[in-house]
Formats: sequence, structure tokens, C-alpha cells
Amino acid sequence: MGSIKDKVAIIGMGCSVFGERWSLGAGDLAIESAYEAYKDAGVGPEDIEACYVGQMYAPVNGIAGSTIADSLKLTNIPIIRNENWCTAGHMALIEAALAVASGAYDVVMAIGVEKLKDTGYAGLGTGRGMNPVYEARRTAPGSFGLIATSYFHKYGLSMEEGKKTIGKIAVKNHRNGSMCPKAHFRNTITLDQVLSAPIIAYPLGLFDCCGNSDGSACAILTRADAAKKFRDDPVYIKGFGISMDAVLPHTRPGFGWTSFEALKRSSAKAYEMAGIKNPREEIDIAEVHDCFSITELAIYEDFGFSPRGRAREDIDSGFFELEGGLPVNTDGGLKCFGHPVGASGLRMTYEVYKQLQYRADKPERQIKNVHRGLSHTFGGPPQLSAVAVFGNEKG
Amino acid sequence: MIGITSFGAYIPIYRLSRDLIARAWERSSLKGERSVANNDEDTLTMAVEAGSDSLKGLDRKKIDGIFFATTNAPYKEKLSAGLAATVLDFRKDVLTADFTDSLRSSTAALRAAVDSVKAGSAGSILVAAADCRLGYPRSDQEQLFGDGAAAVVIGGDKVIASVEHSLSINKEIVDVWRNDDDRFVRVGEGRFILNEGYTAAMTEVISTLLKRAGLKASDFSRLVIPSPDQRSSMSVAKKLGFNEKEQLQDNLHATVGNCGSAHPLLLLAAALETAKPGDLILMASYGDGADAFVLRVTEEIAGNKGRLGFRGHLESKMNLSSYQKFLSFRNILEPVAGEPFRLFPSNSAYWREQKSILRCYVSRCRQCGQTEFPIQRICSKCRSKDDYEEICYSDKKGKVFTFTRDQLAGRSDDPVVVQTVFETEDGTRFYLMMTDCDPEKVEVGFPVEFTFRRIYEGANFHNYFWKCRPVRNGGSYHG
Repeated sequence: MGSIKDKVAIIGMGCSVFGERWSLGAGDLAIESAYEAYKDAGVGPEDIEACYVGQMYAPVNGIAGSTIADSLKLTNIPIIRNENWCTAGHMALIEAALAVASGAYDVVMAIGVEKLKDTGYAGLGTGRGMNPVYEARRTAPGSFGLIATSYFHKYGLSMEEGKKTIGKIAVKNHRNGSMCPKAHFRNTITLDQVLSAPIIAYPLGLFDCCGNSDGSACAILTRADAAKKFRDDPVYIKGFGISMDAVLPHTRPGFGWTSFEALKRSSAKAYEMAGIKNPREEIDIAEVHDCFSITELAIYEDFGFSPRGRAREDIDSGFFELEGGLPVNTDGGLKCFGHPVGASGLRMTYEVYKQLQYRADKPERQIKNVHRGLSHTFGGPPQLSAVAVFGNEKG
Repeated sequence: MIGITSFGAYIPIYRLSRDLIARAWERSSLKGERSVANNDEDTLTMAVEAGSDSLKGLDRKKIDGIFFATTNAPYKEKLSAGLAATVLDFRKDVLTADFTDSLRSSTAALRAAVDSVKAGSAGSILVAAADCRLGYPRSDQEQLFGDGAAAVVIGGDKVIASVEHSLSINKEIVDVWRNDDDRFVRVGEGRFILNEGYTAAMTEVISTLLKRAGLKASDFSRLVIPSPDQRSSMSVAKKLGFNEKEQLQDNLHATVGNCGSAHPLLLLAAALETAKPGDLILMASYGDGADAFVLRVTEEIAGNKGRLGFRGHLESKMNLSSYQKFLSFRNILEPVAGEPFRLFPSNSAYWREQKSILRCYVSRCRQCGQTEFPIQRICSKCRSKDDYEEICYSDKKGKVFTFTRDQLAGRSDDPVVVQTVFETEDGTRFYLMMTDCDPEKVEVGFPVEFTFRRIYEGANFHNYFWKCRPVRNGGSYHG
């Protein structure tokens, strides 16, 4: 397999305020992130040669690309809509990077937009996946709750031990999110609050579930060799990995529900391209798909951040806290920053980009001595995974 | 010899105390409890349950016909017997017919089945009857009625109860009815309908049949007749010279209620479960006239084992906690309008995928043996294309591999959906909802089995699919 390591750079990014943005439509959210990105990159709409849109719930007849481009008046250029469940934002980013690496374009935009609050559902609604009969009454918490039941059972955790373990992830992400001005939820919580919250899909309680938000995030990319013309501190794409496992791995005998092929393979491919041998040591910041607290735990193990079955020790020791050995979800993650599905991959990348440039919005949450960052989304019910690795210098 | 070669029964898991109904309306309780179909059940699903109970140990591909009997078919225009035949995995070239609208529909179907076998046009026919009738809220009927189903296989081989004589009489009367747009059963004035309707017709059909057959009441070990209320069956028995204590089959008022068109066959199943070879059974049903049958139990009765049957279903139960839930389960009250569904099936997709959706078939790869549900054209293990066998799994049992109690996915009157990964004994995985359970009792390793249910009403038709439930073994239920 080939590599695009150090061939493409991000020269500007933007991110809208996340939350219940009742007064804004999808196009308004796109404008909010795109114009921040233009300003950051020092370019304008006339410089964009192609636009890659990430959106999952396309509201109008399943059409998402051209409606967003129309709001941005990105006319007479290619508009490519990307959808792979929750990984849509990463798909847009990676496809944009591949287009630049191919030499076809010099400056492209990747933008993720989701207007969840127009769906009429408080959450993501009921009925998932491909089939209305097989998947009737299936919900996102219901799909991921199965992981927690299985993980606690496999590793012999009592319900209390299990709930405390994943609850600490939620407490961490709330603490991180409380410091982010653009996050949907900016409150801190205690472990007791997590444990006493109403159950959503046993064993997951309210605080084990991420926010369903409106939001948009945008990146402007160019060739790495041209990046310094735009800014002194471009962020380079070091590698990526995408693994779309079957939408129904649960039909496979033996599927354990504690570890996911898509997570293992996508991270392994990204590490290989980026030249990362020991992710636990070499990655300085990771933004991963904490749609539910148990998901973040499964990612720790499948990504090689923690040894198999021992994520709990790292959670207890604070390894993934802002001051820990590998800070994870420094902006609050999906849990607090929010999860407008198609925007999330780019929102995570926005956080990694700012951290790698030492430009975190608040100095107290800036990671020190940061060289390699990772962003990751994990979608479907759940087995579609996309990972990207970034660095602030070439090589 | 032609007669019943197998039988089965089904009583839904839920029972509602009549005291709860009475209290809601500040009226007197008719005492005891009645069965209540769960919110995902209807006459079709209950008939499928009773049918599969009766088919245990039999080769379903050898059944030549299915007659479905009810007064409450799920569709006003569309064949239910054909849907049941599909779900029960019968052959394509089977006789399918619905017998509807009458409380005698089950016995009409029974007689038609016997005649078909006798005429040689079919070797064996499944008669499956189910009912789920609504009495007006606060009415006696609301308390008297129960929901349930029963099934018999009619054939000429290994007959366990031969049909020796039968008689039908027609008596036109407007006593118990529903107009074409009614949901609730109407009844005429009590004395009139009991005297000139039920009692007159039952007495006449039984006494005439006894005369024609040259038999007398004391020749019978059992008199099997449904009762429109607590005790009218007893007075008919007495009037005809039967000993109500010794011979009359309990009419199930105290435990189940009157299950409408299914009731004669349900009572017959109860009678057959305690019958001995040589026993004579007199069964009759009422509804604008009456049908009566004389059945003789044979030595083969000893072989009819392994079914949950009447008693197993009667004994395994859960209490429905409130009358309001009953109203909501039957859609008499709709607590919250609409449901937050995103996806709706299409008629064509539902039709196309019926082998998995309705027949519960898995694919088994011929190259590597991997089994998957629903049917996968390309094996997810070895990627062989279109090289698989299709196998019916609906009678398999298994265990919960993992589960969650989803609080967002349910109906407002039944908010918790237990999403279950169900692993059969051979390791095949099914990702299904669990029903008929106490969600708090579910755990990994919990034994479960398949049950066919109505999932929801997407795209303006009834969407049926399989769920799992805690294994119903009879005796105490671990749901």
C-alpha cells in the first residue's frame, strides 16, 4: 500500500459553536466553520478547487453535498458528499487529502455539517442500520450498551466496578469540555452523578452517552510543499487508516462485542503509514470516538493505548487525563463537545490541529511538548472506523 | 381412521386479575384472571405459536394444508392462513384458507379438515384457531374474554383421537355480534341470548348427535363445551344428563377467560392432555347454531409428548400490572401519539426477504460451514459467493450472549426494549428484541427461544418478525 505521509498539509480550520442551534440551519453552521477556516488559512471561497462534504443525515431527499455547497456559494467546482455513518467527517477529510496528494487540486475544502436538531428526535431516533425489520426499535445507546454488558461479563467486573470504570471516562471528558468555549456541555460532573443518573440503555446511563448536537467543522488543505506559503505552522497529515467492517459483524459466530476488527485495522494502518511503532508512547494527544463511555474504553485497547483487558488500570491512574501520559479527548470529546455526526471527525481534527500549533483556545488546556496527534471516528452499529494521524513538522 | 394426529395450545404469558378491571370501573369483579395477548401479539402470532406447539416432532413439509380460524384476523382483506403457512415453513403447494367471523369458525375448519382428509384431497391439515376479542370497556365481556389459541393436526395416520361423528345445526339469531365497523363485541339481552341462543342450540346439537350416534351421556369421559359466562356450560351439561363435576371440562373462566373461536379447541387440548385410550369425548361449539363432534381417544395418545400444550402454557405466566396497560396493549388507549421510527419497510422489500423475516432461515456456507442470519449471499468468513444452504432455525433454542435494556426504543406503555444477541447451541447469532420478559431478570447466559411477533406498523401494514423470549418450559416462568 502506498503512503501520503507528509504530502498534504492542513493550512486552516474552523469549527462552529456546538449545541442546540435552533436558530441556525445546516447552511448557517457550514458558513460559521468555513469562514473561520478561510480566515485561518488566509484564503477565500474563490481559492477552493473542490469541496468534500461529510454529512450523515441528509435531510432533503438524501442530498447533502450540493445543498451545503450552495449555502457557501462554492459554485462551478466538484462537490463530493461523503457518508459512512459517524465517520463521514473523516471520510471527507481523507478523500480531500487524497485528491490533493494526487496532484489534481492545490487547495481543497473538507467540511462536516450536521443539523441533528431538525430531525424531530431527541436522540438519533429509533430504527438503525440497513433494514427496517431486522433493526426496528434499535437505537444507538441500545447498540453500544451491548458492548458494556459483554465487556463487564468477559472481564468479570461487577456492575458497580464496570459502571465506575466507564464513569470515570465521562467525568474526565466533562472536565475537559468545561474548558472549551465552543463545547455543547461545559459543566463538570462527579462520579456519583454518573452512577446515580437515569439508565438510558443498561448498563449505560445518561452520562455515558454523548451529546446530540448541531455543528460544523471545516479544514482547508493544500500540498505539503506549498503549505508554508499560507502559514508558518501548517499541520501535516502523517497517515490514515480506514476500516469498514461488515455492517452486521454480530451475525458472525464468535464475535465477542469487546473488541472490533475495524478499530484494530484502521489504527494499525494509520500507525504504519505514520511510522508509529508504539502508539502509547508516540502519540501525544488523541481525539477518539467516545459516543458512549464504553466505546472510549474499547478504543483504548484496540488502538494499543492500553494492554488488552487492562484499560481500567490506565483509567484509574489518570493516564488519559489532560495531564496524563496520553491525553484523550482534550476538548471534551463527543461526550461534551457534542456529536453532530458528519462534523465530528473534522471537529476532532480541529482540536488536534490547534494543539499541534500550540494555539488551544485556553492556555490552561494546551498540551505541552506535542508532536503527534490522532483523530478517530467509529460508526455504524458499530464497526466502521476511520483514523488520521497528524504532526506539526515533516518527517 | 381419521381424526386428530397431534394438538397444541397457546396462552399468552400475561394474565390480568379481573379485580383490577373491576376496580378501574368501580364495578363488581367476575373473579379470577384472564389471559391478555402482549402488545406484540395478535391472532396470527398466537395461531403460529399453537401451530408450532402442535407440530413439535412432526415433519412440517408433510402438512398439506392449513386452516386459520378467528373472529379477529389481523387483516380484513388478506389471507392469514397463507402467512401462517409461511411462518411455519410449510411447503408452497398447501391448501390455505381462513375461517372467520364466527365463534364456530374453528369447528367449521375442523370439520372441513376432516372432510378433506376423508375425501383424500389432503393427507394432513393443520387447524389453528386464535382469538383476541374486545368487550366494551366496563362490560362483562371485557372480563369474561381471554386471548389464546389452539391447534390440531387432522390426518389419517397415528390418530390420537378419531372423529367418530359430527353434526352441525344452523340457528339464525342476533345475540352476539359485531357490525362491520365495530371493534367491540355487542350482546343482546342476557336472558334471551342465553336461553334462545347458547343453551337452546347446544342442547339441540348434543342431544341430536347422541341420538344419531346411539350414545348416551354416561358413555363419555369428557364433555368439552365453551361457556359464554361463568356457568352456562354447567347448566347445559346438567340438562343433558352429564355429571358436571366428573365429565364437564373446566371452562377456564377462573384462569384464562373465553378465547372465542379458539376456545373449543383449547378446551379440547386440555381434555386430551388427561385423556386415556378408549375415552369418548363430546366436543361442541356455539355461534349462530352449533357444531358437535364425538371423538374416541386411541392408544396413540401416549405418543403425543414434548409439547408445552395447554397446561404448560397455563402454568407459565406473568401478571399484567394494570388495567391501563391492557387498554394500551389493545390500542384502546394510545398513550403517546406516533413513534420515533426512522425507517419503514416497503411491501416489496418485506416480500423479497421473507425467507429470513418470516421463515427464520439462516444461510450456512457450503465451503466453511459458517451460519449467518439473515441470509448472506457472500460468506463473511470465507467469502464464497452464492454457495450456501438455507436452513430454518425457528425451533432452535439458545442463550443470551449480550444484551441491553434500551429505554429509548420502546412503546410508551412498554418502554424498555431488551435488545439481545441470542446465540443458538451451534453458535449462530441472532440480534433480536426479547419479549415476554421481566427486563430486570435478563442476564448473560439466560436461556431463550424464538417467538414470532408483530414488530410495528410501518408502511401501513403489519410488520411481523422474530423475537426471542425466555424459554417457556411450563411451570414457573423465569421471564
